[in-house]
Amino acid sequence: MVKVTIDDKTIEVELGTTILSAARQIGGEVVPPAMCFYSKLPGTGGKCRTCLVEVSQGSEKDPRPMPKLVASCSTPVMDGMVVKNKTSERVHEGRGGVVEFLLINHPLDCPICDQAGECHLQDLGYEHGGQGTRYEEERRTFDPIDIGNKIKLHMNRCILCYRCVAVANQLTDKRVHGVLNRGEHAEISTYIENAIENDFSGNMIDVCPVGALTDKTFRFKSRVWFLKPMEASCECTKCSGKAVVWMFGNEIFRVTARKDQYGEVEDQDGKAGWICNDCRFDKKDVSKWNIAGPRMINRHSVISQGHYQSPRQSIKKIN
Amino acid sequence: MGSHVHTPISERHSEKPVFSAEKMVEVQRVINEYPEGKSKSALIRILHIAEESFGGWLSIETMDYVAEILKIEPIEVYEVATFYTMFNVQPVGNYVFEVCRTGPCMLVGSDQLIDYIGNKLDIKVGETTKDGMFTLKTAECLGACGYGPMLQCGKKYHEHLNPEKVDKLIDAYRSGNTNIEI
Amino acid sequence: MGRRLLLEHDNVPGIETIEVYRKHGGYRSVEKALKTMSPENVLEEVQKSGLRGRGGAGFPTGMKWSFLAKPEGVPRYLLCNADESEPGTFKDRYLMEKIPHLLIEGMITSSYALGANLSFIYIRGEYMWVLDILEKAIAEAYANGFLGKNILGSGFDLDLRVAPGGGAYICGEETALIESLEGKRGNPRIKPPFPAVKGLWGCPTVVNNVESIAAVVPIVNDGGEEYAKIGLGKSTGTKLISACGNLARPGVYEIEMGITVEEFIYGDEWCRGIANGKKLKACVPGGSSVPILPHYLVTKTAAGEDRLMTYESLSDGGFATGSMLGSGGFIVFDEDQCIVRNTWNFARFYAHESCGQCSPCREGTGWMEKVLHRLEHGQGNMRDIDLLAEINKKIEGNTICPLGDAAAWPVAAAIRHFRDEFEWHVNERTESQTRNYGLAKEISFAR
Repeated sequence: MVKVTIDDKTIEVELGTTILSAARQIGGEVVPPAMCFYSKLPGTGGKCRTCLVEVSQGSEKDPRPMPKLVASCSTPVMDGMVVKNKTSERVHEGRGGVVEFLLINHPLDCPICDQAGECHLQDLGYEHGGQGTRYEEERRTFDPIDIGNKIKLHMNRCILCYRCVAVANQLTDKRVHGVLNRGEHAEISTYIENAIENDFSGNMIDVCPVGALTDKTFRFKSRVWFLKPMEASCECTKCSGKAVVWMFGNEIFRVTARKDQYGEVEDQDGKAGWICNDCRFDKKDVSKWNIAGPRMINRHSVISQGHYQSPRQSIKKIN
Repeated sequence: MGSHVHTPISERHSEKPVFSAEKMVEVQRVINEYPEGKSKSALIRILHIAEESFGGWLSIETMDYVAEILKIEPIEVYEVATFYTMFNVQPVGNYVFEVCRTGPCMLVGSDQLIDYIGNKLDIKVGETTKDGMFTLKTAECLGACGYGPMLQCGKKYHEHLNPEKVDKLIDAYRSGNTNIEI
Repeated sequence: MGRRLLLEHDNVPGIETIEVYRKHGGYRSVEKALKTMSPENVLEEVQKSGLRGRGGAGFPTGMKWSFLAKPEGVPRYLLCNADESEPGTFKDRYLMEKIPHLLIEGMITSSYALGANLSFIYIRGEYMWVLDILEKAIAEAYANGFLGKNILGSGFDLDLRVAPGGGAYICGEETALIESLEGKRGNPRIKPPFPAVKGLWGCPTVVNNVESIAAVVPIVNDGGEEYAKIGLGKSTGTKLISACGNLARPGVYEIEMGITVEEFIYGDEWCRGIANGKKLKACVPGGSSVPILPHYLVTKTAAGEDRLMTYESLSDGGFATGSMLGSGGFIVFDEDQCIVRNTWNFARFYAHESCGQCSPCREGTGWMEKVLHRLEHGQGNMRDIDLLAEINKKIEGNTICPLGDAAAWPVAAAIRHFRDEFEWHVNERTESQTRNYGLAKEISFAR
């Protein structure tokens, strides 16, 4: 076990733990945001740079600070390491810069984006973004395309986190989409018109931190904050059948995996609770589900507002 | 400048490309240079061989064929082919002139060289002459900084260029003399 | 005439063949190392030599070698970085096309020191004709028993291969190089783990520049101490400098570290001054990513001392008034050159070469290019100059690999030293499209 201090909070963690994971063990304000790292998908992380933190003391043995900010998702802790997240001005600036970069080419089409209300980029922009834009150039645009008959790709919104590529590599038997071109022209694509047909491809939607990959069966049906998330389960031979159904009245509008406060799928029966495409896209009939009860969404974005808390609590949370 | 990106979907070859027996030997030799199970490492070199063999560019069929040879998914080839700038995923002319435009070459006149070639061939950067003979492209630093302005055509570097040399070069290529030393 | 350790025989006819190369002392280091030295002895000599990585970062080669993990039963790899793509740098190409056996000899001796039995030379795809030269030379080396099984009866086996890239500057970054060698996109890896622990195919790997590996030959032949006697302080040995831009005699030169910049630019033995009798305006001494120096800081430091061709002297004054030796890509600008245009040109290069993996580099390099494009084309505003500095700050240090820094530094330095020229482009939008600004005004650095 090694000792690490993050924003004046100290915790003992196993050797090899990353700073981000140690911070999540502490919980609360010390946890850096993460847009590309996804603990259930090995190999992700390091790319978006939103989780940058300052290491003001490398370790007990070698107390020198690290000269650059480091990606907390991929930097292992050392014994006696001291990390600054919220308490570092440099982190604040660096992260603000990253948010600005992520937004310069973003269409800011939240009003017509299905992800609005549960979007990590919205949260990030809210917490670390500046007001207005200094970007005077024309934004980069792509045509939205269908990848398969159930998934829509809006490349304009993509932040190139590579999570969906990891899903295809790790959950499906054959990857048909990937990252093409390079630099600012890099894009997610199948290249040739190629449908992603696989029982677990729908999980790409759940891992997408923004509205780049959306569920076509839910497209423009409702805003997420008008829906009530309910914990539900069904008999399924392909997956655990444990999901969240998003309801309006007695109607199921969409089905997602059960996700934790960091937007990651929770473990079900000891393994990551990915859900299959049948559950996600085809079971919109209430009779197919056993509905256990309301699902608390422990996140700060708007979907967590209003439904299960008193208005007073909600207001406090926004502030 | 501002950009609407159209995914540059490669055009297609009408027939499935197949390496000649001789080329296949070369391809196998390249694959055998890597330890067992690491044949994907041969991808870039085989794409160069494929480009050379099938008209100077990589069609979907060519890339799928390479994927088949290396037993990898086609997307793995598309990803690589679109990352590296040497690979053309659109048809090109018989001879592709890639003029270096980066700093050191610019200091000694690469901008003028690009204009000169463009005017002479009556094409813009990125275009191919109507007769399908020449394609004009620009390239970032080709490592000939002390010998600029220069262009690359196939494996060859043509350095210390000026209008007279470019005229000679174009005439030579047009008459099929690719061994010209300029 | 300074001592030449690498290019001594570059103009000997037939030196690219193994016969002529051996007549001039070639492959002595292999015989010496494999027959009389242990791998550890070779490492010690390299450490004693003080050799610093010649690719640009200047990290001590011996130290890099000593970091290589050596777990039982796991192969180790030596990769030669011949991806040379830094604008202004063409030294490795010169060495490889002129004396291919020198690199091969260095690879054998170095692989022996590191315990690698399969080594690769990763060469940029555009150098395909150099690849042909290398493969021909490698075949000769096999035929003469310097490669293959049981080399010179020593029991040491080595296979050496050449692998081409496909046109991507980023593959000069060592983990991107490894990815590329695995047949993937050249996306730099997230570190840790470092290649010394997990590199090619997950095995411990050392990546060294062409010139560093070639330098191992004289180091083993003459001993590390002899090598360290050449040069000055921590800048030991000789360095290949590829000089280009507006010079009377551009080309690749081997210098003993420690000669003055003045002598290098104006000396008869070297570049013979600025072309066409023009005045020196600026110099980028170590490849496009290092800070540009205005004429008054090129041959003298801010303290008024002679600027020397060493790691230390070129970086004297830090980024405020210094630069870096970098890869030795020495780019000289005459009085007719436009700094704004050149800065835009370099920014365009980095935007073009960004792999697109991490957000600050993907978005930031493209943004800088667009702003600089406007400034250069008479459409810029005064606030754009500060905006560039701001974007810079937000890229620098925040990216996965050093390409972000490499893109940020030249822009920052150009604004630092040539701000008046940038402002002139804003104030004189029309005039700036028809003529150049001229020399930089000297700024006083008195503290």
